[in-house]
Amino acid sequence: MSTQAKPLAAETISPTPERHLPKGESADRKAVTQGRWAATLIIPSLIVLAIVVGYPIVSAIVMSFQNDSGLDPATGLFVAGGFAGITNYTHWLLQQCTGAGGAAVACAPGTLGAQFWNATVTTFFFTIVTVLLETIIGFWMAIIMARAFRGRGLLRAAVLVPWAIPTAVTAKLWGFIFAFQGIANSLFGASILWTGSEWPAKWAVVIADVWKTTPFMALLILAGLQLIPDTVYEAAKVDGASTYQRFRMITLPLVKPALMVAVLFRVMDALRMFDLPFILTQGANNTTTLSILVIQQIRQGFNSAAALSTITFIIIFLVAFIFVRFLGANAVDSGEPTTRKAKAAK
Amino acid sequence: MRKTRTLSSVAVLGVLALSLAACGGGSGTTSNSGGGDAANGLDGRGPITYVQGKDNSNVVTPLLEKWNAAHPNEKVTFKEQTDQADQQHDDLVQNFQAKNASYDVVDVDVVWTAEFAAKGWLQPLKDKMAIDTSAMLPATVKTGTYNNTLFAAPQTSDGGLLYYRKDLVPTPPKTWDEMMGMCSIAKQNNIGCYSGQYFKYEGLTVNAAEAINTAGGTVVDDAGKPTLGTPEAKAGLQNLVDAYKNGNIPAEGITFKEEESRTAFESGKLLFLRNWPYVYNLAATDGASAVKDTFGVAPLPGKDGPGASSLGGHNLAVSVYSKNKATALDFLKFMTSEESEKFYVTQGSLAPVLKSLYDDPALVAKLPYLPVLKTSIENAVARPVTPFYPAVTKAIQDNAYAALKGEKTVDVALSDMDKAISSAGAQ
Repeated sequence: MSTQAKPLAAETISPTPERHLPKGESADRKAVTQGRWAATLIIPSLIVLAIVVGYPIVSAIVMSFQNDSGLDPATGLFVAGGFAGITNYTHWLLQQCTGAGGAAVACAPGTLGAQFWNATVTTFFFTIVTVLLETIIGFWMAIIMARAFRGRGLLRAAVLVPWAIPTAVTAKLWGFIFAFQGIANSLFGASILWTGSEWPAKWAVVIADVWKTTPFMALLILAGLQLIPDTVYEAAKVDGASTYQRFRMITLPLVKPALMVAVLFRVMDALRMFDLPFILTQGANNTTTLSILVIQQIRQGFNSAAALSTITFIIIFLVAFIFVRFLGANAVDSGEPTTRKAKAAK
Repeated sequence: MRKTRTLSSVAVLGVLALSLAACGGGSGTTSNSGGGDAANGLDGRGPITYVQGKDNSNVVTPLLEKWNAAHPNEKVTFKEQTDQADQQHDDLVQNFQAKNASYDVVDVDVVWTAEFAAKGWLQPLKDKMAIDTSAMLPATVKTGTYNNTLFAAPQTSDGGLLYYRKDLVPTPPKTWDEMMGMCSIAKQNNIGCYSGQYFKYEGLTVNAAEAINTAGGTVVDDAGKPTLGTPEAKAGLQNLVDAYKNGNIPAEGITFKEEESRTAFESGKLLFLRNWPYVYNLAATDGASAVKDTFGVAPLPGKDGPGASSLGGHNLAVSVYSKNKATALDFLKFMTSEESEKFYVTQGSLAPVLKSLYDDPALVAKLPYLPVLKTSIENAVARPVTPFYPAVTKAIQDNAYAALKGEKTVDVALSDMDKAISSAGAQ
């Protein structure tokens, strides 16, 4: 693939693309034909993108405006629900359910609609707490791993182990640890119902998630740390900077681009969190995340689930946008000159 | 710049076309009536496929070999699904939606039957397709019935049993109150008294429905409307809540699923346990079991007599999309015949649906709990038969769990349950 692409690319940039243009064409005409040629080349990949990315998103949005199929009382069979307008969205956002008479009523506890805002708060709670803890612990681990000492390779490999274990297995393992007669309780001589009340259940999920994904954070930060040349530190030492000053003024700003990318990845991952709480607590005791709610709704009706997926998609999109626009953009701006400075220092 | 705009409009057009096509397909599947096409295959004979979850105790393969040897022109192929119930359910839904003609005979969990029947995916077992259910336990037949029509033939069943420590309690309690009275014995021995499965999952629906049915209440009526406003329903749930509050059900009970509760009983930490028959062999033979020779089984305690267990088990159904329904029906009869049912018991310890087998001396010798299980299933009540089962079970779990934990009173929990079930059906 790549060997073919190269000559083509060279041709399109070359000032005289004689092979594709008959002689005597005007410059405008040339530009147009060149554009068409480019379009022809890009269309296959656009079609693939449309099928793989565009179609599912658009189809989910279209579905979200359809009612779920209801029961025909005469035959006892399901019939198509028809156009729903925005009722699927008001169902989630305003927590309105259909009452016995067909009128909109507030969703009773025990319906999925009643859990939307709880699930949103829970999702953000997990995201903020886990990413914060992972960043701090990951940074610490990365700084240790960046040092040169005997057995560093072994340490780096060992740190990776939790990340290498599939999340479902992690969840089961921590499930055994947090069982009533499990290791956690017998180790501390406690009798906490880890999966039986709200805060222990939430912390159980946080602990398991931090255990699993901190290595990912640590590795990305380590990659950032290794880009910082030793000479910068040496120069700072010569200038009399303390350890704390070196960390504040050199390590943090220089590792920031890598750190922001790592945090962005983790935030988006955590907002989609599903498998860990689903297996560990099955969403009981207010550990239902938005993704768990979507899956539970799919079993009750696809169209309403499509609306919920769309809402979740928009929430995650907004968070990612805010990150890139306000935090990430900053990282990109300061990233360019600093790396150049770093190179110059070399 | 201009070029990119043209390109993006091409892309948008493409996406629109695709999604429109999808809409057409979507409305087609939901509005299917299950008529015309289906009638065509009624007399069809030929090779068919049998779909079932993972065959853990190797029951299906020997039966199929026997069938295939006798019917060389109507061979049955076994399509084995995973051992996860949710995945089996989703696999069946996908294949029914795709009108897959090669899913001829399917094995459905008792709680899915109504949903699949209401979607028009299951061939009604009447007229030409009728089967004889007179020898089967009535409660099991009810699990296969929707809208007064039989859609699935009971294949295996399951009912709850009361496991008790016969070294501490020589005669098992017959009623709930009697059992609660025996809890002082548990206290003297410093162990928990009674537990079922009270974690927030399907098991809680089973246990809560048992409590309500045992006290004479019901969860839904025959039309699928909730009936939780009755004093009986309240008394039932109140029994559980009170027992949890006063410690007769130990605090860790709300983290128990089947396995956790079995482990607690086997390690001698419970006086009474409500669980399924599978525990019997494990408790008697498991190396970690401390109660090998000191436990007994009894029917669940009820109000005056045996309690109303919730029913488990599986049913067999014929897909409306099958082209060889005559063969499918024969195969279905073969799989529910006395001989096959016997094989389920001996090979897989699966509870049969035929009354007569529970009194078969040879079988009772192998599985001593069979007579007790018969009492359990005879008094059993099917879990709510409704096409909206996922929403109904969620409504029961969430509210029963909150009531157990004391987050809301039994009255509020039941009225919330009632409302949540109504809005599920009103969609």
